[in-house]
Amino acid sequence: MIGPVIGVLYDGFAYGMLLFLLSVGMSVTLGMMNFVNLAHCAFGMLGGFVTVTLINKFGWPFLATLPVAFLAAAAVSVVLERILFRRFYRSGDLDQCLLTIGVVFMSIAIAAYTFGTEQQPVRLPSWIRGSVLIGGQNFGVYRAFLIVVALAVTAVLVGALEYTRFGARVRAAVDNQRMARGLGINVDWIFALTFALGSGLAGLGGSLAIEVVGLDHSFALTYLIYVLIVVSLGGMGSIGGTFAAAVLLGVSDIAGKYYVPQVSAFLIYVLMVGLLMWRPIGLFGKR
Amino acid sequence: MTAALSAKGINKRFGSLVVAGDISFELPVGERCALIGPNGAGKTTLINLLTGMIEPDGGEIRLGGEDVTRMPPQQRVRRGLVRTFQINSLFPRLNPLEAVTLAVCERRGESRDFLSRLATKREAIEEAHDILKSLRIAHVCYRETRELAYGQQRLLEIALALATKPKVLLLDEPAAGVPKEDSGELFTVIDGLSRELTIFFIEHDMDVVFRFASRILVLVGGRLLLEGTPAEIAADERVREVYLGKAGHG
Amino acid sequence: MSLATPADIGPTEFLAARARWRPVEIVFWLAAITPYFIAADYLQLAGQILITGLFALSLDLILGYAGIVSLGHAAFFGLGAYATGIASKHGWGEPLTGLLIGGLVAGVVGFGASFIVARFRGLALIMITLGLDQIVAEAANSMGWLTGGADGLQGVKTWPILGLFRFDLYGVTAYWYALIVTFLFFLLVRRMVNSPFGLSLQGIRENSTRMLAIGARNHAHVRTVFTIAAFIAGVAGALLTETTETVSLETLSFQRSADVLVMLILGGVGQLYGGLVGALIYMVARDQFSDINPQYWYFWIGLLLVAVVVFLPNGIVGGVKKLGGLLGRRGT
Ligand SMILES: Nc1ncnc2c1ncn2[C@@H]1O[C@H](COP(=O)(O)OP(=O)(O)OP(=O)(O)O)[C@@H](O)[C@H]1O
Ligand SMILES: [Mg+2]
Repeated sequence: MIGPVIGVLYDGFAYGMLLFLLSVGMSVTLGMMNFVNLAHCAFGMLGGFVTVTLINKFGWPFLATLPVAFLAAAAVSVVLERILFRRFYRSGDLDQCLLTIGVVFMSIAIAAYTFGTEQQPVRLPSWIRGSVLIGGQNFGVYRAFLIVVALAVTAVLVGALEYTRFGARVRAAVDNQRMARGLGINVDWIFALTFALGSGLAGLGGSLAIEVVGLDHSFALTYLIYVLIVVSLGGMGSIGGTFAAAVLLGVSDIAGKYYVPQVSAFLIYVLMVGLLMWRPIGLFGKR
Repeated sequence: MTAALSAKGINKRFGSLVVAGDISFELPVGERCALIGPNGAGKTTLINLLTGMIEPDGGEIRLGGEDVTRMPPQQRVRRGLVRTFQINSLFPRLNPLEAVTLAVCERRGESRDFLSRLATKREAIEEAHDILKSLRIAHVCYRETRELAYGQQRLLEIALALATKPKVLLLDEPAAGVPKEDSGELFTVIDGLSRELTIFFIEHDMDVVFRFASRILVLVGGRLLLEGTPAEIAADERVREVYLGKAGHG
Repeated sequence: MSLATPADIGPTEFLAARARWRPVEIVFWLAAITPYFIAADYLQLAGQILITGLFALSLDLILGYAGIVSLGHAAFFGLGAYATGIASKHGWGEPLTGLLIGGLVAGVVGFGASFIVARFRGLALIMITLGLDQIVAEAANSMGWLTGGADGLQGVKTWPILGLFRFDLYGVTAYWYALIVTFLFFLLVRRMVNSPFGLSLQGIRENSTRMLAIGARNHAHVRTVFTIAAFIAGVAGALLTETTETVSLETLSFQRSADVLVMLILGGVGQLYGGLVGALIYMVARDQFSDINPQYWYFWIGLLLVAVVVFLPNGIVGGVKKLGGLLGRRGT
């Protein structure tokens, strides 16, 4: 009995880390600009396809593709932000949703056109696909890698937000945009950078996700729902909240699939609706 | 006679900021009472507290003798405690006729009727039109609200409030943003409203305050500094210091 | 409308004139019967368009008039579809009462959900509606004994309408049936949005805080309109079941919720005809492009969505109205 519990917690935590990477950028954009970016997972998908292409077409090593996936997602997102999204920061929720879901649809079609509709095959180096036996318990190396990367990213993010000038400006902009502008902070510029950073992390998440959940053209929509759950539960603009919500969702999802496979999806949504009714601003939201 | 509205020991903090500190006062029926105080004194917050849009940390609010402290805002409105907003809060894509008719229908309980055409509620519509006429904006009442001039929108704020047949009307800087020449006229209209109606208004222009108020409350830093007739307030040293003095320099 | 000045028309007459039938509306409904005469091959499609249009109309009622964003409206469509289908499978295939069964089941669930919906707004509301739809869909999926699960509900048989009109292979009966039902519900919705209640809904959409400050019963209004919209969505679902004689889990899916929203936005939100026009354009286009990979089709839908949000904030119907207004002004 203990064995499965530890295994489920381990896998669930690793899955939660993945969800965290995919969600954190969206949470920050929501908190800062009140912008509902449903296209966020499209940037994750972009990162995934960059990795697949670099490995399969150009024979790059897996690890080397990760920074490229990050940069590609960041670059594309900032272009979209500058020419399209930023015109809608003052629009209603619905317009923002529709605009960005339109981008999702286009990204899905482009992915299907370019890469087909099958699951993308990737071969990872063998050292990372194995598992180690500790105390009679198998721990996948890849998941450990995932956890290490996500925790490192979190540490860097939190550190940068707390201790750098840029971080202070971001916090000011999330807290009170008007005041930040008043203090002479260039909120537009800060936001573009943050947007790129968040999308880049999603791109990284997309690459890392291939081994765990696979990658196909519909990734941008499939994982959108999970990301939305994380963001709305975490409370927008809160990194700690996003982290906690991602872990909660990751562990519940894996546990549900393991213990009650028939009704696990059902339970996830009941959990989400229940929590949102209890705290509509998210578990850790401030507003 | 019981007061139209009374507040006893109202307290409210935002974090460490005291925005209402032990505020008590009474408004007799029919009084025109002004609330003055420097920016950020907590005047709007006091109206929010009285109308139930913010919950007080402590204290008691009575409307015509009835305790309404825990009552939701829309129920207080139905009992006659109605406000307007410092920053226009209107229905941009409805025209004034529709907006005021909507308020009248809500009051008359006709807004639940989803099977009759609006035009069959002739009485409600005529009443709405009369209110718009009395505020002198009937000539623009078929235009969308967002197309109206700012001063007309300020009047529509009041029209909406009147449509609920208030007993106590709380006006949050009704003339905010209206040119000084026009604000006198606006207050003449307000002053001409029924004498049964109790009016509590926030206003920065001291000329207007002294002309229309029969009593004045001075709020500074979330506390009632003083209350009295216009003559008493004008003569008071402290008021000169915190309020008139500053205005005089600026 | 912009020509009328307060001098020449009284307030009641002004409001009455706004609700009057316009010639273009009559043309629209006359056009709705032309497929029978000129496009007999397409009657099947026309019937589907009408059903989807009715579904979109029910969404317009809550989104366009009361300003409630729902990403889970398919829940009620699917509930209606399944309720009618299950009744039919168990021996009651009478179509008119079938519609009532579908509408009532969806309406009762909608009434329950309306207590939740009335309390929330913004992202939380979007996520809650989406979650409720997923809960219903997952429940239907796992109750295979009742719903047929992933295989869909088999064995649905619809009796002739009033015992007279048999559903035929060419979809002629289905088309007329869908047209009449849709038209009747359209009349109901049209009356509703022009009623005092409809005016209050628009007040909630425009500024719900101000509504509270004039003593309005926002929660009660939202509950009423949400229940009615759920009922109509259920009737639309029931229509689909009766005319196709199958029900699949797709009727409850997120995809359907998103599709109907897209159609409504395309057509125009809060314009009464937006849902019908949007359903027409969307479904005709999909039919025309049906031989290309459905995945590619999403590119054009996505592009269209972006274009509508950027260039046509009131959808196609809104754009046409504006154009008509400009031309009209130039003419006089
Ligand atoms: N929701 C809130 N949360 C925190 N602080 C608030 C909130 N609302 C108001 N305040 C603060 O409370 C104080 C009083 O605000 P209020 O709006 O009541 O002032 P006011 O007297 O109406 O000023 P003005 O003359 O500018 O309208 C201000 O310092 C304001 O910043
Ligand atoms: Mg104020």
